[in-house]
Amino acid sequence: MDFIRNFPFFCIVLALSSGVISSVLSQKAAKALTFCLVLLALFTSAGVLVYTLRFGEFTYMMGHFPAPWGNEIRAGVLEAVMALFFSLIMLLSLLGGEKYLKLDIEEPKQNLYFVLIDLLMSSLLALVYTNDLFTAYVFVEINTIAAGGLIMIRSNGHSMLAATKYMIMSLLGSGLLLIGLTLQYDLTGHLLMSNIQDSLKTLAEHGEYTMPLTVIIGLISVGIAIKSALFPFHAWLADAYGFSTASSAAILSSLVSKAYIFLLIKIMYRVIGTEVFWNSKITNVFFVLGVAGMLFGSFSAIREHDMRRMIAFSSVAQIGYIYMGLGFGTTLGVTAAVFHIFSHAATKSMLFVACRGLSEVSGNKKDFSDLKGAGYRNPVAGVAFTVGAFSMVGVPLFAGFISKLYLTSAALENFDWKMVIAVIVLAISTILNALYFIRAVISIYTPRNEHYRDANFHPGITFCAGIVCFIVMNFMLGLASDPLIRAIEIGLRMFS
Amino acid sequence: MKLRNDYEKTLWRRLVRFVDGITLQEIEEHAEELREELAEQQEESDQKAEAAFEAVPEPESREERRRQAEEAHAKEASAMLEKYKNWPKEHGIKIFGRLYALMSVVLCAIIIITLLATVSYLPEFGHETNPNNNEVVERYNADGLAETGATNAVAGMILDYRAFDTLGESHVLFIAAVCVMILLRLEYTKDGKPTDVLRSSEENDRLYEPKNDKILQLAAKVLVPVIILFGIYVILNGHLSPGGGFSGGAIIGAGLILYVNAFGFEKAGKIMNRKNYAVLSVVPLLFYAAAKGYSFFTGANHLESGIPKGTPGHILSAGLILPLNICVGLVVACTMYNFYTLFRKGGM
Repeated sequence: MDFIRNFPFFCIVLALSSGVISSVLSQKAAKALTFCLVLLALFTSAGVLVYTLRFGEFTYMMGHFPAPWGNEIRAGVLEAVMALFFSLIMLLSLLGGEKYLKLDIEEPKQNLYFVLIDLLMSSLLALVYTNDLFTAYVFVEINTIAAGGLIMIRSNGHSMLAATKYMIMSLLGSGLLLIGLTLQYDLTGHLLMSNIQDSLKTLAEHGEYTMPLTVIIGLISVGIAIKSALFPFHAWLADAYGFSTASSAAILSSLVSKAYIFLLIKIMYRVIGTEVFWNSKITNVFFVLGVAGMLFGSFSAIREHDMRRMIAFSSVAQIGYIYMGLGFGTTLGVTAAVFHIFSHAATKSMLFVACRGLSEVSGNKKDFSDLKGAGYRNPVAGVAFTVGAFSMVGVPLFAGFISKLYLTSAALENFDWKMVIAVIVLAISTILNALYFIRAVISIYTPRNEHYRDANFHPGITFCAGIVCFIVMNFMLGLASDPLIRAIEIGLRMFS
Repeated sequence: MKLRNDYEKTLWRRLVRFVDGITLQEIEEHAEELREELAEQQEESDQKAEAAFEAVPEPESREERRRQAEEAHAKEASAMLEKYKNWPKEHGIKIFGRLYALMSVVLCAIIIITLLATVSYLPEFGHETNPNNNEVVERYNADGLAETGATNAVAGMILDYRAFDTLGESHVLFIAAVCVMILLRLEYTKDGKPTDVLRSSEENDRLYEPKNDKILQLAAKVLVPVIILFGIYVILNGHLSPGGGFSGGAIIGAGLILYVNAFGFEKAGKIMNRKNYAVLSVVPLLFYAAAKGYSFFTGANHLESGIPKGTPGHILSAGLILPLNICVGLVVACTMYNFYTLFRKGGM
C-alpha cells in the first residue's frame, strides 16, 4: 500500500519526460502517449485519493535529503481530489476537441501540441502537490509558457495577438508573485510551506515586520489574481479563450486558471495561515473584486455577438464567484469556492467543446446569427450546450446549482455587509447569466440556416464520447455532490 | 506667422542685416509692396462677394424665406450632430489616452514607492542575525561537501539538494524552445523538400548576411575552438569550481553562433542539423529525468542509491552532478543555437 506514496512523483516526472519524447514522435504516437499519460494520472490520483482517505496526508521526500534542505511534495485529500479532477477534465477536453486539432493546427506542428499538453499536465500536478514555494514558482513558469503556446499554436493573427496579450499579463503576474516570494524569503529564510508558516507565526506574535508582511500578501494575491483573470485583470481572457482551438480554450479556462486559484488557497492555508490572511483585509478586496467581476463579466457577455467570446466573458463572472467565496474569509466560503472550481471547470470545458461542435456545422463561424439552428444540425453538441447553459445559470439538477447553493449559505453564515451584497449580487448575476445563456440556447434551437446542413455529417466518436462523459459528470456533480463536499471539508481540515 | 512689432530693431536682426548687407529702407519698401498687393487682393475678393450677393435672387415670399431658414437650421443641426458623433474619435480618444498615460504613471509611482518603502523595512542585507541565515544554510555550508561530494557548494545545492527545482527549470528551457519552434519554424513538405516560404527565407538570409568575410573567418578560426573548449571546461568543472551546465552551455552556444556566422549554415549543418538537434536535446533531458527519478525514488523510499561519491576535488566525483551538468550543458548549448537559427531563417 505504501507504494502509492510514489504515485504523485511518478506522474510528474513521467509527464515531463513524455513531453520531451513527444517532441520527436509523429503526431499519432504523441497523441497516444499523451492519452496514456493522462489516463495514468487519472488512475494514480484515484489511488492517492483512496490512500489519503484511509491513512491521512503524507509528505514525499524528493531525493536523499529531508525537507527544509531538499525538495518535498505533499499529498492530502484535497490535493488528490484536485489531481483526479484535473486529469479527468484534461482527458475529456482532449477527447472532445481531438477532432479539431487537425483542422486548427498546421500538420508538422501537431506533435508539438502534445508536448505542450504533457508539460502543462506535469506543471498542474506539481502545482497541486507541491509543498515548497519555489518549486511552485518553477512550475508556474512551465504552466505560463505552455499556456501561451496552447493559444499561439493556432497560428492566425487573432491567436497571435491573444497569445501576446496573455504573455504580457501573465508574466506581470509571475513577476509580482516572484517578488512576493523573494520578500517572504528575506523575512523567514524558508521556502518550505510549513516552515514559513511557523516563522510567520512567531513574527506575527512579536508584531514584527507587519508592513512588509502586508505587502507580501498583497503581491502574491495580486500576482495570482492576474494569472487567474480576476475582474479588473481580465483583459487578456476573451481573446485567449475565444480564438484558440477548442481543447486549448477548455483547458485554459478550466485547468490553468483554477490551478492558480488552488495555489492561492494553498498559500492562504499552509503558508500565511488563515488567521493572518483573513485578518489582512485582502479578503475584502477579493470580495469586492469578485462581486464586481460577477456583474461586469455578465454585462460584457450580454453585449457579445460571438458565442465563444460570450462563454469566455462568462468565465470572468464565474471566477468572480470563486473569489467572492474566498472573500468571505470563512471555511464555509472556501469550501463553496473550491466546489465552484470543480463545477465551473466541468461546465466551462464542456461549453467550449460543444460550441466548437456547433460552429463546425455552421461553416466554422461562431456568430449568433450563423449558429442559429445548429442544435438541430449537431444534436449531441446542442444537448451538451444546453446542459452547460443550464448549469451555468444554476438550474437544479445541474452542477452550477449546488455551487450557488453553497455560496449563498456561506454568505448567510455571518450577518454583515458582505452578506447583504453577496445575496443581492448573486440574485442579479443569476438573472444576467440566464439572460445571455438562455438567449444562446434559444438561438441554437431556432430552425434557420438550412444551407449549412450536410446530410453526411457525423460528429465523430471521440467528440460524442467526450461530450457524453461531460454531461454525465455534470449530473453527477449536481445530484451527488455530498461525497465531494465532504472530501473538500476533510482536505481543508488537513490543510490547516 | 505674427512677428513682433519691434522685430527689425532686435539685436539679432540688426546683426543679420549687417551680415547680409541689407538696409532697413529696403525692407520697408518690400513690406510696402506686399501690403499693396494684399490690399488689391482684398478689394478683388470684396467685389466678388458683392457680385455673388447680388446674384442671389430676393426671396419671393415669406414662406420661401422661412423654408430657407429651416433648411439652414437643419444643416446646422446635422453639422452639430456630426461633430458630436466624431467627438470621441477626434478628441475623446486623445483625452482618454492622456488620462490613461497619467494614470499608469501614477500607478507605477505608487507601486515603486510602496516597494521601496517595503525594502526599507526589511532586515539589513548580509547581516549575521538575519532570518535567512538559519539551519538550512548552516547545513549546506557545514555538511554540503560530505553529503554531495561537490566542492562547488552551489552545484551541490542546485543539482543534489534541490534537484527537483532544477529538473523543472531545465524543462522551462525546453518548453521555451518548443514555443519558439511553434512560432518561427518553417517546415519541409512531406517528401522532404523545402516549401516556398522556407526557400524564400533562405534566399533572404543569403542577401542580408555577409558571406565569406575573411576577417570574420580568421577571427572565428582562432576563437571558436578556444570558446568551445572553455565552455567544455566550465561544464566539466562545474562540481569543482564556479560554473556548471547553464553557464558552460551558454558559452558553447555562443561559440556555435560565431561559427555559423563566419562559415555559413552549410558547414555548420554538418554537425548541427534538425536531426542532431532533436537527439542532442531529447537524450540529455531524458537521461536527466531518469537519473534524477532514480535518485528521488531511492531517496524517498530510504534505499541506497549505489552511486559513488568519489573523492571530493577529483574530476570524477560528486556522484550524479557531473553527468547532470553535461546534460544541462548540452541542452543549453543546443537551445541557444536553435534560437539563433530560428530567429534568423526559421530553422537549421
